[in-house]
Amino acid sequence: MSHDWPLWEVFVRTKGGLSHRHFGSVHAPDAELALRHARDTYTRRQEGVSIWVVPSAAIVASDPEQAGELFEPAADKIYRHPTFYDIPDEVKHI
Amino acid sequence: MATASPVDAPPVDARHDYLLRLGDDSLILGQRLGEWCGHAPVLEVDLSLANLSLDLIGQATHLLEEAGAGDGDKLAFHRDVLDFRNCLLVEQPNGDFARTMARHLLFSTWQHMLFQRLARSSDRFLVEFASKAVKEVAYHRELSSEWVIRLGDGTEESAQRMTEGLDWNWRFVPELFEVDETLQALIDRRIAPDPREFEDEYRSAIAAVLAEAKLEGPADQRPILGGRRGHHSEHLGHVLAVMQFLPRTYPDATW
Repeated sequence: MSHDWPLWEVFVRTKGGLSHRHFGSVHAPDAELALRHARDTYTRRQEGVSIWVVPSAAIVASDPEQAGELFEPAADKIYRHPTFYDIPDEVKHI
Repeated sequence: MATASPVDAPPVDARHDYLLRLGDDSLILGQRLGEWCGHAPVLEVDLSLANLSLDLIGQATHLLEEAGAGDGDKLAFHRDVLDFRNCLLVEQPNGDFARTMARHLLFSTWQHMLFQRLARSSDRFLVEFASKAVKEVAYHRELSSEWVIRLGDGTEESAQRMTEGLDWNWRFVPELFEVDETLQALIDRRIAPDPREFEDEYRSAIAAVLAEAKLEGPADQRPILGGRRGHHSEHLGHVLAVMQFLPRTYPDATW
């Protein structure tokens, strides 16, 4: 039965102020039940305050074959990392 | 009676019996839904049903511990079938997924309406209990409505199965609105809500879901009553045999 159901990607905001983060995926026949399945699968232990579900088919993904040209040029450019600043202790989630 | 008790004195036996009724409803339905664990049509539904089950078992724990002065396990695992006070609806076999969802819609819609009112009881424990549990039950009601609508307004086979599921469970609905002497004593003291006050609202709510599901409501059948007095169907004994086997066979087992 689940083979007939589309796949949905699940994003959960774990608390106010944080971004939604990818948690996993669920099968469901439609958006409304996808939300409920996401709730029952991923937020049973108080992990969330908000859920998004997105049809997996709507995700546009980069091609792993292009990983070299997409990502490797960033590897040796240390000056792009803001690692030369002191971050105050009270700044979190940066 | 020579000394009539004042109307606001708490009727201890009636309150105890009411806690058992509410607690046993949740316990037995929780156990029934637990039977789906590992057997549901798909993994996501397996988790949904286990979630509903755990909510219900949590409710049963609170209610039976209150009834048993802190020892809920004794009431859950060491009572025999005639001492259970749950309604007949919750002990009905799961059948297929459609029948389970039909049962859950019929029960959780009633339980939701009851708990909304129980949250305004004159009994402090019941107010605290119902204020928390009403949110769980609201979700149960929504989820089972969604499934009844999808199966009713689905394929020819799913509609047929949902129709049969509703037909099976329908005769156990009138018991939910029955008021006996015990319940009346608690209604008089504003401890328990009077279910007859929300029977019309219940019937319209179910009719609205069935209309959206494009299903005919089942024809009224001869009501079957008796669960609140311990007159159960043959099914409850089997539920208890599975549920109580371990603690009765190994009374000192811990885990």
